[in-house]
Amino acid sequence: MEFGKLFELVVAASLINNFVFTRFLGLCIFFGVSKKMETAIGMSITFTSVMMISAALSWLIYFLIMIPLHIEFLKIVLFIGVVAAFVQTSDTIMRKVSPGLYYKLGVYLALISTNCIILAVPLINAEHGYNLIEALAFALGSGLGFALALIIMASIREKIELADVPRPFRGLPIAFVTTGLIALAFTGFSGLITL
Amino acid sequence: MSKRASLGTLIRNGILLENPIFRLALSLCPTIAVTNKLRNGFLMGLAVLFVQVMVNLTISALRKFIHPRIRLPIFMLIISGWVTVVDMLMAAYARAAYKEMGLYIELIVAFASILARAELFASKNEVVPSFMDGIGQGVGFLFALCIISFFRELLGMGSLWGHAFVSSKPLLIMVLPTGGFFAVGILMGFFNWIDMKFFGGSGASGAAGH
Repeated sequence: MEFGKLFELVVAASLINNFVFTRFLGLCIFFGVSKKMETAIGMSITFTSVMMISAALSWLIYFLIMIPLHIEFLKIVLFIGVVAAFVQTSDTIMRKVSPGLYYKLGVYLALISTNCIILAVPLINAEHGYNLIEALAFALGSGLGFALALIIMASIREKIELADVPRPFRGLPIAFVTTGLIALAFTGFSGLITL
Repeated sequence: MSKRASLGTLIRNGILLENPIFRLALSLCPTIAVTNKLRNGFLMGLAVLFVQVMVNLTISALRKFIHPRIRLPIFMLIISGWVTVVDMLMAAYARAAYKEMGLYIELIVAFASILARAELFASKNEVVPSFMDGIGQGVGFLFALCIISFFRELLGMGSLWGHAFVSSKPLLIMVLPTGGFFAVGILMGFFNWIDMKFFGGSGASGAAGH
């Protein structure tokens, strides 16, 4: 597997098929934590690392256990179990080993366990039959894409707070319209790389 | 309050007052992803309705046997089991739609609204009210998806359920990803406006959560 292909995977997952703007996943967290830049950055860091580790774990389980046993149809049940168990474990370990880090990022961990992107990445990896390195590259790209989306959105929303928005549109509705405009800009990336 | 009225209230709550999408802003991901065609929105709504009802039924029937300390993993297990059932049913009987939205069907498992109803309602109530609650919530979801996809397909493709009304494509942007965000944002604002105008609400949408 040459380097160029991996680079393409990362770019494709983060810009062209950005999870938030073209696949519409993780919207709940996206709208929930993009109010402040600080939380957005904390979430991005936690999210990208959890994403890569859980993608690797699910890949191992899928290709080493599920395929040999022919139980691919259980992938939804097993993947959500793996992700939830991993998030719970890292939550406990982080609290004991590094309370300072837990104080900063622990709240995001709890949110992540029910995020759909975290579950979607293993499912897409399994569907495309990526090998371990490709799966990791895909997870990295997805994490970076989500981080990019969060940070763009947070910087815009800090400005919207000060704007005079019509009352029924305050809060979420205007956030949706803004996201639509960013998504329009991201359409420009399509066709950048053809996989 | 008579028993009948209270069951009716449960259903009405789900459709109007506590609509999972427009009022509570829960489970937003599929609302935008699959609603570029009325057919897809309707099928997704049906799938969610089915999962919600079956999960509520299972959990309220088993609620005496589930130990409170381990209830969340058990709920997830039950939900993912029913999602697998729907996933396979769709793959078998609605192939064309499944090809377009298979991933999103699998992701029903991560819906907050289903887990929330299981936790808040079904784990504490009898089977029949839980069934009604599931129908109310599910129909509310179906209703929201149908409205969004109705406008998006009509404006974007000039057709409904695949039947073309006008030969041109009036606003192609509505079937693109961008249009989904616009449609949901504008409809949410509209529902807030109705709430403010006719019910004296504050006009604020529920906090976004998963």
